Amino acid sequence: MQQPPHSSRRQFLGLAGGAAVLGAIPVVTVRPAEATPAMLASAIQNVTGGAVVRAGKVKLDIPPLVENGNTVPMTVTVAHPMAPEDHVRSIHVFNEKNPQANIANFHLGPHNGRAQVSTRIRLADSQKIVAIAKLSDGSFWSVSVDVVVTLAACTEDVI
Amino acid sequence: MRFSGAIAAVLLIANTGFAAEIPQAERRSGHDFMKPDTKAMQDEDTANPGMLWVLDGEALWKRKQGAANKACADCHDDARTSMKGVANNYPAFDKTTGRPIDLEQRINSCRSNHQQATPLPFESRELLALTAFIARQSQGARIETGSDPQLAPFIAKGRELYLQRQGQLNLSCANCHDDNWDKRLAGSAITQGHPTGYPLYRLEWQSLGSLQRRLRACITGIRAQAYDYGAPELVELELYLMSRARGMPLEAPAVRP
Amino acid sequence: MASALINVPAKAKRGDIIEIKTLMSHIMETGYRHMASGEVVPRDIITSFTCRFNGSEIFRADLFPAIAANPFITFFTTATESGKFEFEWTGDQGFSETASASISVE
Repeated sequence: MQQPPHSSRRQFLGLAGGAAVLGAIPVVTVRPAEATPAMLASAIQNVTGGAVVRAGKVKLDIPPLVENGNTVPMTVTVAHPMAPEDHVRSIHVFNEKNPQANIANFHLGPHNGRAQVSTRIRLADSQKIVAIAKLSDGSFWSVSVDVVVTLAACTEDVI
Repeated sequence: MRFSGAIAAVLLIANTGFAAEIPQAERRSGHDFMKPDTKAMQDEDTANPGMLWVLDGEALWKRKQGAANKACADCHDDARTSMKGVANNYPAFDKTTGRPIDLEQRINSCRSNHQQATPLPFESRELLALTAFIARQSQGARIETGSDPQLAPFIAKGRELYLQRQGQLNLSCANCHDDNWDKRLAGSAITQGHPTGYPLYRLEWQSLGSLQRRLRACITGIRAQAYDYGAPELVELELYLMSRARGMPLEAPAVRP
Repeated sequence: MASALINVPAKAKRGDIIEIKTLMSHIMETGYRHMASGEVVPRDIITSFTCRFNGSEIFRADLFPAIAANPFITFFTTATESGKFEFEWTGDQGFSETASASISVE
């Protein structure tokens, strides 16, 4: 059976596993839409409006090898003051291979004291995560990290 | 198909039949095998998604139920005292049926007999919430399941089930969890299989789930037909696994990958 | 039975930068899963999380299906005065939940 390009191993084994299970258990399979680097680029464009994005200031803390792609802890930090006249306005996080390029946008202000947000995200496959920070002076800064997502040993269908 | 290759490798090195209990000093909880980020998810109450179910369970504990219009609290008062030392002794011996009974079944039998309410379906949010709430009251307590001599024949039965090879892959629980723990299977660590944290939040499920759910998933994973929820075989397996984990502290609700 | 877990320090000194942690119960159904019949399981996610302190917005997050179930969100704020934090989660199918926590700042 030829594996289509860009399909995740999770998807392939999910289908294979689903076929092997006997009985009336409802099978819910994951068949993500095909995401492309162009979708990532256009999602970033929506935020930056085509302005220059410089590398730096932003740090993404994600385990390089995740325990489970369903719940991946992520912390994004911007090394920049949070003063009334000079602060981080927003942080935008994107991915490369999920069905959709956006992960989250965080809106901040000087009262936050520190531009650092943590959450838990879903990653469909090994891919690049990009975080872009917008500062109060209108400039954009970014970072990108590569994350490896392996398939959990015992994926199961919904009960 | 790297997955079946890994299984084949495990088959070759696995012992057959004899599996001694892991010595007390070498017993390690699944918590030990996790990466720091996942451990952190469990260790902090406000970061642990399982605690959402504990909160729900606390509310359900006080809610009047059934034709008798009684809440758990009406008989059992403050769970912090009355339920302390309960979950770490389950599955326990049930005099009425003469068989072991797990916490979920005990909750349901209480509902039928004392609240005159319909039993809660397995894996329903309410049943998981109540189980999580009760298990939480024994947080940190040493597991003592199986000390009752009446349970001996059932523990032996559970042990048989644990050791028997089954399914298309012809694997027994022991092949991985006694003979090959600390090795890896398809990217995940193989643990010793101690149920120290149930019910637990599994990242794969993105939900809290019971030990029976995990056992059914494992059995399906080795391509065997899983027992139905509430089946005597599953309760015997639960009983054996908890007695095999004696001495280890309970850490419910845990978080696992 | 939606419930939220909030971690806000009960007390802080003026000027301290404190971390606020929130956990909300929600399935965050992506809208990309299919039943065996081929039907899509419809999207059901929290789309927005807002925190206000004494009435003014101090943090807002736009969430997408890539956020894991039972969204966990933490952020920082400067302790300026005593008061009440109000948290609001809104999303698909008219989802709307709130929670609050007080802080005493000296």
